[in-house]
Amino acid sequence: MRITQGTFSFLPDLTDEQIRAQIEYALGKGWALGVEHTDDPHPRNTYWEMWGTPMFDLHDAAGVMQEVQLCRRAHPERYIRLNAFDSTRGFETVRLSFIVQRPAEEARYRLVRTEAAGRNIRYTLERA
Amino acid sequence: MNDVAKISKPSSPGPGRTRYTPGVIPYAKMGYWDPDYVPNDTDVLAVFRITPQDGVDPIEAAAAVAGESSTATWTVVWTDRLTACDAYRGKAYRVDRVPGSQDQYFAWVAYDLALFEPGSIANLTASIIGNVFGFKPVKALRLEDMRFPVAYVKTFQGPATGIVVERERLDKFGRPLLGATVKPKLGLSGKNYGRVVFEALKGGLDFVKDDENINSQPFMHWRDRFLYTMEAVNSASAHTGEVKGHYLNVTGATMEDMYERANFAHELGSCIVMIDLVIGYTAIQSMAKWARANDMILHLHRAGHSTYTRQKQHGVSFRVIAKWMRLAGVDHIHAGTVVGKLEGDPAVVAGIYDSLREAGNPADLTRGLFFEQDWAGLRKVMPVASGGIHAGQMHQLVTYLGEDVVLQFGGGTIGHPMGIQAGAVANRVALEAMILARNEGRDIWNEGPQILAAAARYCQPLRAALDTWKDVTFNYTSTDTVDFVATATAS
Repeated sequence: MRITQGTFSFLPDLTDEQIRAQIEYALGKGWALGVEHTDDPHPRNTYWEMWGTPMFDLHDAAGVMQEVQLCRRAHPERYIRLNAFDSTRGFETVRLSFIVQRPAEEARYRLVRTEAAGRNIRYTLERA
Repeated sequence: MNDVAKISKPSSPGPGRTRYTPGVIPYAKMGYWDPDYVPNDTDVLAVFRITPQDGVDPIEAAAAVAGESSTATWTVVWTDRLTACDAYRGKAYRVDRVPGSQDQYFAWVAYDLALFEPGSIANLTASIIGNVFGFKPVKALRLEDMRFPVAYVKTFQGPATGIVVERERLDKFGRPLLGATVKPKLGLSGKNYGRVVFEALKGGLDFVKDDENINSQPFMHWRDRFLYTMEAVNSASAHTGEVKGHYLNVTGATMEDMYERANFAHELGSCIVMIDLVIGYTAIQSMAKWARANDMILHLHRAGHSTYTRQKQHGVSFRVIAKWMRLAGVDHIHAGTVVGKLEGDPAVVAGIYDSLREAGNPADLTRGLFFEQDWAGLRKVMPVASGGIHAGQMHQLVTYLGEDVVLQFGGGTIGHPMGIQAGAVANRVALEAMILARNEGRDIWNEGPQILAAAARYCQPLRAALDTWKDVTFNYTSTDTVDFVATATAS
């Protein structure tokens, strides 16, 4: 199973050159890049671990790539994503978020069905 | 102009005895025409397109519209003199001939804020589009645009969720969302219906949607649909690791029915419910309030709107409906595709999208926006583009509609030659490839077909989609277009 979170999950994994082009795009918009990683990409796991704080003062794609590389080296078996934060009033949120590393073996989730009254079912996603 | 002085001016008897002699006098002479009036920042403003009856003076027609949409009746009444009647009168303050037309006029009307109940679309519309649209001295009448003062905007809840929070809840950023409407519209059983939902979501769509007329019919009662659909949504989520949703249409005959359905959707864990425009403004505001209280995204299908929005001479422009719906508090609204099968001039659609998605809009006559509008922090509505669009148009859709939009490919997903999942894959790959290329600085408007062809080399479903629909377009002349003069002319 391929976890299809992030802006580009249906494309072949991005090359470093492609990742760098997206970083350039985000920096050009004035957004701050942040690296995050996790071993639990549950769809409702909102808070992945931060690889440092978002790089508000770093305006150089090479520098961001370097942080991605360092995070990859430290966590070779984790999911890593790049987020671009927009502090513009009215947004103040992530504007672009895409996966830049996947573990060799992807996480799997299974659907746990708890039967309730009538035909109702309570659904939970659990790590398989 | 000293605005404060204007507001606090005591109700004068006006021209006095002459003005209030019993009988009929022209509206323009009753105080509903004031070419020197400078609108207050707190006034509600409207522009009407008026087609006066033959022989009716356009200024008198404009004054009549201002009068009939505010305090006037057909004859003089002495009871006006018991009130601050000058303040309560709608004031037509400008009349321009519509560019390129012989018999139509744009009339600009200002209304005092005190005329309207806070936070009520029903009250607003009962005045602005109440009796006046049947008024005999005008052949036809269309409400083109409105400006709401910040003081009035702040009395509305606005979108229950809004674009920013919707994306954060869905964990989907940087690209349009993808949806599809289940087809056939009518006849599927709950179990068969859920199959379509599952296939489309597992394939790669973010949302699937009930159609506007799917409520609770003999072939599928609403509870069946809700139960099977939520099985499909949750199962697809487990297969993909993504948040998925299905717009459960809770439209029903009464508010009690709708609350019952919405509460069941909430109990089942749905992240979104849907209503149709035909339920009416008050019901929409009630559902928006319910959605805010229940962490639910509220999707609005604009069923019925073309009966009064499409013809330019008579009715209400959809940009006005869109503004009312942002105030009323929906999170999604169908707002045009430009390239699809339904009415949608590019400039008109751009003006509507701006009104839904921006923090404020400058006046822009090229987009049909007559007024500057400050939305005062009201959340943003996600426009939905649905109807006759397919993967081969992705570069056009992204160029025209941008990023904060739901692109809905119903036939373009379910009608895919390799099946529904393949249809969904084709749409998602086409979309992601286009966003990637756009962000890399490529000229997607011109290079779009090559970008799609390149992606189709590694994605067979996309190749099949492009082969199937490559020449499908709906090139018809738009009915609802913008009338403006590109260069200001001396009047």
